[in-house]
Amino acid sequence: MNPYLPVLVVLVFGIVLGAILSALSFFMGPKRWTKEKYDPYECGVPMVTSAAERMSVKFYLTAILFILFDIETVFLYLWAVSFHQLGWFGVVEVSVFMIILVTGYVYVLRRRALDWD
Amino acid sequence: MEQLTAQLNEVLGMFGLALWNDAFVQVVATVLKFAVLAVALLQIPPVMVWLERRAPALMQRRRGPNRVGVSLGPIKLRLYGLTQSFADAVKLIFKEEVVPEGAHKAFYHIAPIFGVFPAFLIACAIPYGPPIDVFGYTIPLSIISVDVGFLFIFAISSLAVYGVTLAGYASNNKYSLLGSLRASAQMISYEIPLGLSLIPIVLIYGTLDLNKIVMGQENFWHWGIFTAPVSFVIFFVCMFAETNRAPFDLAEAESELVAGFHTEFNSAKFAAFFLSEYVAMFVLSALCATVFFGGWQNPFISNAALASFVVGILNAPLASFGIALGAASVTNIAALIGIGVLALKAGFFMWMYVWVRWTVPRFRYDQLMDLGWKFMLPLGLANVVGTAFVLAALKF
Repeated sequence: MNPYLPVLVVLVFGIVLGAILSALSFFMGPKRWTKEKYDPYECGVPMVTSAAERMSVKFYLTAILFILFDIETVFLYLWAVSFHQLGWFGVVEVSVFMIILVTGYVYVLRRRALDWD
Repeated sequence: MEQLTAQLNEVLGMFGLALWNDAFVQVVATVLKFAVLAVALLQIPPVMVWLERRAPALMQRRRGPNRVGVSLGPIKLRLYGLTQSFADAVKLIFKEEVVPEGAHKAFYHIAPIFGVFPAFLIACAIPYGPPIDVFGYTIPLSIISVDVGFLFIFAISSLAVYGVTLAGYASNNKYSLLGSLRASAQMISYEIPLGLSLIPIVLIYGTLDLNKIVMGQENFWHWGIFTAPVSFVIFFVCMFAETNRAPFDLAEAESELVAGFHTEFNSAKFAAFFLSEYVAMFVLSALCATVFFGGWQNPFISNAALASFVVGILNAPLASFGIALGAASVTNIAALIGIGVLALKAGFFMWMYVWVRWTVPRFRYDQLMDLGWKFMLPLGLANVVGTAFVLAALKF
């Protein structure tokens, strides 16, 4: 049997389960409309400004750096699986890869891209 | 009946299945196992909520919940408030669903689903015990046993970030948006050290398959905690950060951000987020137990040996009824022991979540990010290189 068949089965069941769980009170709960109830929460006062405010660019930067470093991690997994076949060759290759990676990391660090203040 | 069987076989044939061939049994088993697991996982949040009320009360020398129980006619069971949280869960279902004005409708409805299904999907990838033997069919106790285990887990766990991000974006609420930004930045930041911390494990056991990693930890001194202690430290810290739990619960720092990304979620949708949070906690606890603490294996004695010992004890009184437990029941009892052992180990880490929450104060956001990017990431990289060199020196 294809080992990915259960993945498909479970994926479908998982999404259905999530959908049912989050839709339950739409069918079970009461529905009474009052204007105030549907206001976004603002500690009890009318909304002061819109939620769509400007946000720190730091979050974007973090996301971009995440993608870079996460892909490096995935590369390392490929090497880790074949570590025993590759032997010292693999270790040296990964060390070179690490040096390049750490150089990039130090650059990011020096440019204060990871500082939150 | 025969005609029906023939028609069924024809339909199943399209998927390469036939009635009661091996693949068909496995698919049926998958559905049944998922049903059992889902029901079991649904019990986690109420019990954990109770634990999180009861445990701090005991730590702070308060009484905490000590009344609510079950009363069935004359029988009154005082369960120290345990059933209150089950009642809360039912209450949430019967609440009105309030979608705030100006919310992005589609995203608002999708977000809880994205919260729930990744957590359940990862729970399916964990091996809960050795394979069981049912009517001659060997059925593994992990629902998804793919040979890329770890990669699958990382791929799916990254999806959980979408739930958080969409929830905050869709709510049209400042607190939700800030909370979700913080939470998603934190989750993705700690995913890197989390990924790095498991590479030494792959190096040592030479596989990505969780089943094989558990099998590699048969000897007590080969447990991940002894072979890769630094990995365990990194993983343990990341466990808390990934689930947005104290001391890293900045995403829903109550004093600043109300309830974080799920401020605007109520009724069953709130329950869904709640569920996903606790299931994610359980999944990481179980993963930690599996990778670093031998999974479903006992220390010092193998499950099979323990099971045959148990069967030996049971067979003596059963013999008078003319029943003899055979090899199949040894396998199945070994599996049961395995489930129990893993539940104990995972339960310990669930307890750690509560323990740490009431012991360590909350981090500041810059401290949190510094810890992730400036300490955990270099430590993780150094750990990988260090382990590789030591292993290579020992092996080649």
